[in-house]
Amino acid sequence: MGRKLLIHNDKVPNIHTLEVYRAHGGYASVEKALKTMQPDQITEEVKKSGLRGRGGAGFPTGMKWSFLAKPEGVPRYLVCNADESEPGTFKDRYLMEKIPHALIEGMITSSYALGAKQSYIYIRGEYFYVARILETAIAEAYAAGWLGKNILGSDYSLDLSVQVGGGAYICGEETALLESLEGKRGNPRIKPPFPAVAGLWGCPTVVNNVETIAAVVPIVNMGGEEYAKIGVGKSTGTKLISASGHINKPGVYEIELGITVEEFIYSEEYCGGIRNGKKLKAVVAGGSSVPILPTELILKTAKGEPRLMTYESLSDGGFQTGTMLGSGGFIAMDEDTSIVKNLFTFSRFYHHESCGQCSPCREGTGWIEKILKKFIDGTANESDVDLLWDIQSKIEGKTICPLGEAAAWPVAAALRHFKQEFIEIAQKKKFVDISHYNRLNKIIA
Amino acid sequence: MGSQVHGAQKFDSAKRAETVFSEEAMKTAQTIISRYPEGKQKSALLPILHLAQAEFGGWLSPETMDYVASILKIKPVEVFEVASFYTMYNLKPVGKCVLEVCQTSSCWLNGAEDIVKYIEKKLNIKVGETTKDGMFTLKVAECLGSCGTAPMLQCGASYHENLTYEKVDAILETYKNEGRLRSYTDLDYKNTL
Repeated sequence: MGRKLLIHNDKVPNIHTLEVYRAHGGYASVEKALKTMQPDQITEEVKKSGLRGRGGAGFPTGMKWSFLAKPEGVPRYLVCNADESEPGTFKDRYLMEKIPHALIEGMITSSYALGAKQSYIYIRGEYFYVARILETAIAEAYAAGWLGKNILGSDYSLDLSVQVGGGAYICGEETALLESLEGKRGNPRIKPPFPAVAGLWGCPTVVNNVETIAAVVPIVNMGGEEYAKIGVGKSTGTKLISASGHINKPGVYEIELGITVEEFIYSEEYCGGIRNGKKLKAVVAGGSSVPILPTELILKTAKGEPRLMTYESLSDGGFQTGTMLGSGGFIAMDEDTSIVKNLFTFSRFYHHESCGQCSPCREGTGWIEKILKKFIDGTANESDVDLLWDIQSKIEGKTICPLGEAAAWPVAAALRHFKQEFIEIAQKKKFVDISHYNRLNKIIA
Repeated sequence: MGSQVHGAQKFDSAKRAETVFSEEAMKTAQTIISRYPEGKQKSALLPILHLAQAEFGGWLSPETMDYVASILKIKPVEVFEVASFYTMYNLKPVGKCVLEVCQTSSCWLNGAEDIVKYIEKKLNIKVGETTKDGMFTLKVAECLGSCGTAPMLQCGASYHENLTYEKVDAILETYKNEGRLRSYTDLDYKNTL
């Protein structure tokens, strides 16, 4: 059994209440931080821990914190990014729903480290009921003195509240999130200035993912060096993986970074193998935007080494033969799956979610969806394969925010590894979709 | 106050005069506004639009948006540009229960298209349409973060997961019998039914 630091208590009855959470050691990091540590010491511990942003980008958290500008007399803000919307990702929802106090505790400890006196959790609107769970937990924390004025009798005070979004994937991008938190359309801002200098209402702001903030709790409790002992190389600690698709046991798993992909897919501790005795065809390892890999490349690198669940191993070989850990949204597809149709669902998603600010993304995502629809309808020509490649290459790197890349990469990867499937459809002028009958086993009469 | 800022919908001054939050909703709105620093009340716009949508029939009419603007002391166009950007705000009337079936990757891999077809047949409507009795609107949605419990649909605050045709039958039956408006702000949410 791997070590768990974030959701080890997820099955404890009533762990969502302050009483039970506290009885299982909850809020110890707040006590330790406020009573024995200076704010900068916490940032140091986070640096030592090697923690990297768990939302998808994998940027070192301690470094992000140290960039925060601290001009006199200007408020600083910590904003939690709970706008989890990357297809295949549902780990933050699980954490917030099951153990809401884990996030609140992390918010208090992190806010203290950053000198924020007002912090916000921005959660996607569809998770409205999760926002209710968080709000109930926040009210409990206020009543018990973990939030509000002079926490634990110290001179540190903090207010924390939740804001729900309105349904827009783009608000997971940190500057779009800040726009949305200010009550505007979620159009990403041009960087620089970075939020660390001019973020929420123009003030210095740190935006961190739910899991990142929750990980600060064990880091403060055990110390950064201890935390860094878990994992491999620069992939330290544990990571929540959202597993879905054609596996026997979909769900959220906390893994020690460094286990093999093969163990994650086939062991009983995790996914339990592929459903209905089918063979694995392909995996999207880190949420919809990372490159899809065929079985042979997800299990082993191009050099023939076992692929590990780490930032480095998953990206080994670059985009030619590798992928990314991303958000940890792990989608496994069996041998009957049409890669073309799966790509179509991704591309429809990105077209729907493009904010429309940059022409390459606004127009390009629409064209990609349209051309892929031709494949689904069986009307595509062979030249459409090249056209798809051409369009995706004209989005990547040409937009304000990374949604452009997120929309382009899946197309490029599907063409790189499964080009024959596209060509076959174009040649036969026919598309047959059988994959979606796997689950329901029932065709409408 | 002109109708031009509200797109194609007509603005009705008489209806606008009747558009007022209940005392309870107003209290909630004030609580939301109080979460932001002085002068930053516009930040409350998204949550208050959710509140208004639930309060005024499940959609945001030009009158409702105008009213929200007056509460936050911002221009009506600032409300419209936000309401038209985000998918959860309905700018046209919808049924009491809006069924949103997720259709992205993991849900598709697990039969979301069959769920959509089943509901279409059962309710005799197509995606985007509302039943004649005004009870149900069927929509498709992009990834709702329920990939491990696919296929799924959202209705108001509730997530209905690991769907089967039998579960869909039960959900529709329950909602129909209850016959009331389902909103994202509902407190009686269920993770599954």
